[in-house]
Amino acid sequence: MGGSVKMVEETLKLAYGDDSEFIKDKRIAAVQALSGTGACRLFADFQKRFCPSSQIYIPVPTWSNHHNIWRDADVPQKTYHYYHPETKGLNFSGLMDDVKNAPEGSFFLLHACAHNPTGVDPTDEQWREISQLFKAKKHFAFFDMAYQGFASGDPARDAKSIRIFLEDGHHIGISQSYAKNMGLYGQRVGCLSVLCADEKQAVTVKSQLQQLARPMYSNPPLHGAQIVSTILGDPELKSLWLKEVKIMADRIIGMRTTLRESLEKLGSPLSWEHVTKQIGMFWYSGLTPEQVDRLTSEYHIYMTRNGRISMAGVTTGNVGYLANAIHEVTKSS
Amino acid sequence: MDSVFSKVDRAPEDPILGVTVAYNNDPSPAKINLGVGAYRTEEGKPLVLDVVRRAEQQLVNDPSRVKEYIPIVGLADFNKLSAKLILGGDSPAIQESRVATIQCLSGTGSLRVGAEFLKKHYHQSVIYIPKPTWGNHPKVFNLAGLSVEYYRYYDPATRGLDFQGLLEDLGGAPSGAIVLLHACAHNPTGVDPTSEQWEQIRQLMRSKSLLPFFDSAYQGFASGSLDTDAHSVRTFVADGGECLIAQSYAKNMGLYGERVGALSIVCKSADVASKVESQVKLVVRPMYSSPPIHGASIVATILKSSEMYNDWTIELKGMADRIISMRKQLFEALQAKGTPGDWSHIIKQIGMFTFTGLNKEQVAFMTKEFHIYMTSDGRISMAGLSSKTVPHLVDAIHAAVTRVG
Repeated sequence: MGGSVKMVEETLKLAYGDDSEFIKDKRIAAVQALSGTGACRLFADFQKRFCPSSQIYIPVPTWSNHHNIWRDADVPQKTYHYYHPETKGLNFSGLMDDVKNAPEGSFFLLHACAHNPTGVDPTDEQWREISQLFKAKKHFAFFDMAYQGFASGDPARDAKSIRIFLEDGHHIGISQSYAKNMGLYGQRVGCLSVLCADEKQAVTVKSQLQQLARPMYSNPPLHGAQIVSTILGDPELKSLWLKEVKIMADRIIGMRTTLRESLEKLGSPLSWEHVTKQIGMFWYSGLTPEQVDRLTSEYHIYMTRNGRISMAGVTTGNVGYLANAIHEVTKSS
Repeated sequence: MDSVFSKVDRAPEDPILGVTVAYNNDPSPAKINLGVGAYRTEEGKPLVLDVVRRAEQQLVNDPSRVKEYIPIVGLADFNKLSAKLILGGDSPAIQESRVATIQCLSGTGSLRVGAEFLKKHYHQSVIYIPKPTWGNHPKVFNLAGLSVEYYRYYDPATRGLDFQGLLEDLGGAPSGAIVLLHACAHNPTGVDPTSEQWEQIRQLMRSKSLLPFFDSAYQGFASGSLDTDAHSVRTFVADGGECLIAQSYAKNMGLYGERVGALSIVCKSADVASKVESQVKLVVRPMYSSPPIHGASIVATILKSSEMYNDWTIELKGMADRIISMRKQLFEALQAKGTPGDWSHIIKQIGMFTFTGLNKEQVAFMTKEFHIYMTSDGRISMAGLSSKTVPHLVDAIHAAVTRVG
């Protein structure tokens, strides 16, 4: 019910570090899960069962399915400030206030990197401050890491927020997904891990996670996990993967640069800084729902109405068209 | 820092999967694993069907295939073909588009998703399950928020069906209650109703508006015939009424670890079926977003090729026949040894399991002295037996029956 042991081992190395003392000391309770969604849901069910009076603090905005997951797990939700619409960046003081004002020992959902949908991540310094405040408030940090490697091109870099929290001694939980960084979307491969006080507790927590998985799907699917463990278990294949992940991340970063330059070249008076400041798959454009509707009806450009654009859908072939369309619907604003 | 989970207690091993854990830890060369319901060959090895390997090869060799997310309800052709497999190609329910089929994670996943849907949208939240049943059934339904009641099923005195008890208990159920039915090859007892008995069950259930929820984990595996093993389900659907069906390809296609199954909800109208499907999607999305692509692709590849489908039915019959032959061998060996008791239930029961009638103490004795691994309820997986190991099992049963009360 815990899934592929080899795959879980390799996956923990990615998140916690190849030489992580926590792996050596067997302090991590970890099970293979159904991609990121499945890992989050399993954690939410576990949280409900063993911390029944707890709530989950979710950033505004977040991936919409996060709300569904904790709701179906019957865990009450609260939100915390995250995105600043004026700066199109992080509302750091709002975030810190909410963390400070939350009751001691609250559970927080954090996006490890490449926040979905905004692409806005705290800086390392900001992460350190968040971690210190979490420590003072004894909060529990649950990281959703769906884009490791995919954000900056460097998996170690993308796990920095997690490493900061680990250095500060937090016992965190992590949901990891191979949907994007290995392109295994439909295979549903992921991992849920919870760092515990010692090996005994890790064994205990893992046994309880399995108890939750058994009446949901019994065991996780084999195929995708075998692909992952084959790749990560072979130094040559792993090296090849790291190259391919970097290529994907670089293409996206390249498209951000090109899109921003194109918009600026068109003479738009607005600031397009956020195109390249934001990171990961999504650009949170700041376009209004009405502007989005115009993009669709007049230019046949499809995106979610919150103005989120998947940069992965942008190519050298269409970036000019996209820039022009965005310019047209925003130039009068 | 102290952990917020420091008060969590260690959960017990799953009673079924825990048997394999214990078996693996046993160094004795004489050991036999009769625990998990996974098919083994005469050589005691797991079997990947030839037709499955061919289908997998085809998929891997096709460079146009991608690994994108499949729809929340799964692969369309897989769903269509699965409905056809259980309901029959000529089913009016299919022709009238009254069936919502959703690819799920094997039987467990289909049951859980169906149960969550019923909890949200059905007016009754009690489900009646047979006594005994697969150990995971009550957990699945409880976690979905349904309350579980039992109906009498197995009669230890006859080692057969307690039909009167079943009719009484279902007769006493509140109108509209959900009823879990094992479509064929009841797990763990191997005891199935006859067609006449199924007909009486159907009439009783329809008269009380009880909602059937079929668990079909052994279609084709029980008798060797896919159509015969679907008979109970088809007679219910033929009367025009509604039901839920959880299908698994774990055993009949040997796809255990790939987690392939389907939940079908047969409704009164196409409009209802469409709305039902839209609601089931909302159950799935916050659970795992969409089902895994690989196993379902294998199934679809096989089911849509008449040649592969044919080859599959032959391999399936081969597995079913080996199990039936093991039953015969075990029964005859016990007769030959003169082991006290009536062992005819071994050849009367059907499917992967035999409910031996051995008690907990006898089972523990057999494990300790003879290294026979099985669940403590006396259930043995016939699939774990071979002509070579039958004699050792017979010795163990004989010893248990004569030396342990």
